[in-house]
Amino acid sequence: MPDGPGLELIMAELNRVRPEAVVDATYDREQAALVVDPDAILEVLAWLRDTPGQEYTFLSSLHAADYLPAEPRFAVHYELLNRDRYERLRVKALLADPASPSSSTTSPLPEIDSCIELFPTADFQEREAYDFFGIVFRGHPDLRRMFMPEDYGGHPQRRDFPIGGEPVIFTRDEVENPGWWQ
Amino acid sequence: MVAVSYEGRTAGEVVAEIEGVAPGITVELEPEQEMMTVNMGPHHPATHGVLRLLVDLEGEVVKDLKPIVGYVHTGIEKSCESMAYWKVIPFVERMDYLSYFFNMQAYCGAVETLTGLEVPRRAQYLRVLHMELNRLHSHLVWLGTTALDIGAMSVYFYCFRDRDRVLDLFEMSTGQRMHTRYFQVGGVAEDIPAGWEAKARELIDVIRKGLSQYEALLDRNEIFLIRTKGIGIVERERLLELGVTGPLLRAAGEPWDLRKEAGYLVYDELDFDVPVGTVGDGYDRYRVRLAEMKESLKIIEQCLDGLPEGPWIADDRKYVLPPRSELSTSMESLIHHFKLVTEGFRVAPGEVYNAIESPRGELGCFVVADGSAKPVRVHFRDPSFVNLQALRDMAIGEYVADLIQTLAMLDPILGGIDR
Repeated sequence: MPDGPGLELIMAELNRVRPEAVVDATYDREQAALVVDPDAILEVLAWLRDTPGQEYTFLSSLHAADYLPAEPRFAVHYELLNRDRYERLRVKALLADPASPSSSTTSPLPEIDSCIELFPTADFQEREAYDFFGIVFRGHPDLRRMFMPEDYGGHPQRRDFPIGGEPVIFTRDEVENPGWWQ
Repeated sequence: MVAVSYEGRTAGEVVAEIEGVAPGITVELEPEQEMMTVNMGPHHPATHGVLRLLVDLEGEVVKDLKPIVGYVHTGIEKSCESMAYWKVIPFVERMDYLSYFFNMQAYCGAVETLTGLEVPRRAQYLRVLHMELNRLHSHLVWLGTTALDIGAMSVYFYCFRDRDRVLDLFEMSTGQRMHTRYFQVGGVAEDIPAGWEAKARELIDVIRKGLSQYEALLDRNEIFLIRTKGIGIVERERLLELGVTGPLLRAAGEPWDLRKEAGYLVYDELDFDVPVGTVGDGYDRYRVRLAEMKESLKIIEQCLDGLPEGPWIADDRKYVLPPRSELSTSMESLIHHFKLVTEGFRVAPGEVYNAIESPRGELGCFVVADGSAKPVRVHFRDPSFVNLQALRDMAIGEYVADLIQTLAMLDPILGGIDR
């Protein structure tokens, strides 16, 4: 992992290349993370991948999280890895929920650029994030649900998605559910 | 009778020659093959679970392929969010059901990083022991089913016989054959019983002998060679782009093993090699996995030799259950026990990604804590899920029969893919 000062350097360098690209840098429990502006995500990832001395060429994992009730609510995490030095760096893009009343945009789902051009491994994982959190990856060639059925409504891993289960009809409780076949 | 060689020539050339040799004979050529889309699976034994492949075929040649997954999606990650930290362990075990010790280690390691708990050395050794036994078990199942896919029935029975002996050991130390819930946050649930070590040493000899038998059965078996040599090759650079890790990547010649690179637990004190292949075809993948099993045996032997005495779980009553014997004598222990069982322990806010080397590659666990007794998010980066993306590259341009072999060599576990 880049240590605290190393992370500050990366942050300063990135902000010189693309002003206001990095919002924050945290170093906690030996885990380095950069919080970046979602609009600059591709530039940041490309810079971290291609700049000599950085070379985070391997995307270990891409996943999303929902920090409800925090604002902005969603985050997409990119777990980058430099394989020569065995250094991990987490890039985190925070996304506001456009459906919240305070939002100004009209799109119903949060959007971020797809990094599939930079890291082809992101294909399935972006689809998973779309499926479970409803985060749209702009430019993804085949953005369909990964696990849930195509006609499924909602994004089940959002924190406000109810856990409860769907009613299952058995022969013994048909009487209690009149018209269940409709 | 016209004797015309057709090997390595187009139909047009053959027809031209037949007409030259024996004029007057007309040969009807098959019309250009049409593209046909075929559904493989989800319910088919050769898909190693409930994997559906939408395959575009031209004749017998695979032209395009789309994996469709989600048939055993059970929402484990979502369920984990409503469980106390220690209750999550049995859930995550059931993701990749052939490498449950690895799932536990990925998760427990993440929570230990979050809480700053130190795992005692004996517990670390016991974890490595069980994980390497688990690797043997997982690879044995892989070898058996893969050989079965290629048509070698007997290997399947031999492998499952040996794998059962590994499970016997798990049953002895943990009480369960599969899904053992043996790793706890801070250590392991219980010490190994008396006599376990002798049994484990016995098992090493049995498996070592067994491995040489499988090698004798398969290494120079002509059918096996024809079916696996030169099939499913993908360039190492492309594999890295696709995020492929584990034996698949090592078979292509990249010595990438997190046990060596990250050196978590006590792996950096153990002596073992990272086997690599040369071209990365099916045969290399088979050889790499077999060599890996031998390395696992080496690690198990070293762990048994160097197993230190001492506690097998951390002595921090805020996170670890007090010993049973104290409950009737110490009020404080009783309170700790009650708090841990009813509410669970609280974890300070933070995020951790913990990656380990599972039998299929990099198994990562991402945990977000918000200060409460339940995780906000538990995500698993499952190696089978990411590796599955490479199947398209491996299979395109090959026969549909080789697709079965390529898929088997990929070793996908659908429980891990769908979670």
